[in-house]
Amino acid sequence: MIRAENIYKSFEENEVLKGISTEFFPGKTNLIIGRSGAGKTVLLKLLIGLLKPTTGKVFFDKVDFFSLGKREVRNIRMQVGMLFQASALFDSMTVEENIRFPLDMFTNMTWKEKKDRVNFCLERVSLGKVNDSYPSEISGGMQKRVGIARAIVLNPKYLFCDEPNSGLDPKTSIVIDELIHDITIENNITTVINTHDMNSVMEIGDNVILLYQGQIAWRGNRDDVLHSDNEVLHDFMFASPFLQQLRDSALQK
Amino acid sequence: MFFKNFLFHMGRYTMMLGTSFSRPEKSYMYYKETMRQMNDIGIGSLVIVGLISIFIGAVTAVQFLYQLDGTLVPVYYIGYIIRDSTIIELAPTITCLVLAGKVGSNMAAEIGGMRQKEHIDAMEIMGVNTAAYLIMPKVIAALVVIPMLVAIAAFVSVIGGYLAAVPTGLMSDAEYIQGVRAFFEPFNVIMMFVKALVFAFLLTTISCYQGYYVRGGSIELGQASTNAVVFSDIMILLADYIIAVLLTG
Repeated sequence: MIRAENIYKSFEENEVLKGISTEFFPGKTNLIIGRSGAGKTVLLKLLIGLLKPTTGKVFFDKVDFFSLGKREVRNIRMQVGMLFQASALFDSMTVEENIRFPLDMFTNMTWKEKKDRVNFCLERVSLGKVNDSYPSEISGGMQKRVGIARAIVLNPKYLFCDEPNSGLDPKTSIVIDELIHDITIENNITTVINTHDMNSVMEIGDNVILLYQGQIAWRGNRDDVLHSDNEVLHDFMFASPFLQQLRDSALQK
Repeated sequence: MFFKNFLFHMGRYTMMLGTSFSRPEKSYMYYKETMRQMNDIGIGSLVIVGLISIFIGAVTAVQFLYQLDGTLVPVYYIGYIIRDSTIIELAPTITCLVLAGKVGSNMAAEIGGMRQKEHIDAMEIMGVNTAAYLIMPKVIAALVVIPMLVAIAAFVSVIGGYLAAVPTGLMSDAEYIQGVRAFFEPFNVIMMFVKALVFAFLLTTISCYQGYYVRGGSIELGQASTNAVVFSDIMILLADYIIAVLLTG
């Protein structure tokens, strides 16, 4: 479990996060949603430790992350997988080398063990025979899958995804969402997803927080979304008249 | 403001070096990366260094012949002047200035590109000491390979001088070889390698620094690449003067 406690973050005069306290649960897909500029990415970077809060704490299973020394931070990070918005695959490496990189860096596995693990992860994300391709030679959706494969190769306890659906068509987005959701449940991972895709909220939103102007404006799960009377949530989720009509008809049914 | 900026960058540069030279997570990965860098810096720069060196030697020969024409200085001195000027100054300095342009800008762009494409963040989150993994192999590779390139440059320059002076009939083969073998001072070779090592360290660390802390988009990346070359060149010339004062004083 990951717990954020009273997080404040400012960049010079600009206060981006104002007292965020929340929990992210294992075995669930925890979503951080909100409009652009709401502070989602800053919160995610704080949770991973790429940024430090102005005040506040982040706990990884009761361990205060920002009180740790370099070595302990590294130990925690080895339990973390991350899927980046643009996948962040290393261009100079093949797909196999990308996925194998954490194994090469942190394990003493034999070459065959690594190969088997890479193939297992590739199969898990439904990719085959792309081992020797370079990231530039595969599609955006495939790159995301490779990113997921690399993120899970060390069996992480925590998985962070930054806008996993950005740049993908709706169909592929659903496939990626379902893949993340299934992997989360299979391995009891604490997954935190930063998204503004309302399809993701309705498909895999086990635990959702909505950020608005640096604060949590709403929290719940996908089943609560339709029935909530929170105005900020409505403005965000059902932004267009078409979506509002859809919501109204769904509620009437 | 300038002084504050200078202190800020010096402090951050020193801290980066401190982080860069820490124990590797996996020696084999660092070794592999170092070998790749040696290939990129060494083999990748061989042609340009060779080409420049030939012309340095050739131009030095032709111009000194012109300057010494009609004087009482013996012609064989040309070989001696070419040998010592290339060993002491031209080979290490010109080679490293050229490498700052070629290798330094490439390093800044490579690391800066990785920063902008979140590759560095990805490695950080995995638990990799990115400063060490991305910078240390480059510095070690440069410290090994650049002195070799400088030695080759010095050798090729002497050949360049020969090609410009002897086949063209400006001086005889025997005179040139006599000059090249005259008044040889082995300490000059040591000075050449000291310069090569210092310049190699400066050009790689400054370039990596520029790339590692790049922010923004393509314009900032271009600026970082340019800064890598400009600051490396300035520091190389400054270090050249300091080494000259210290080792010849």
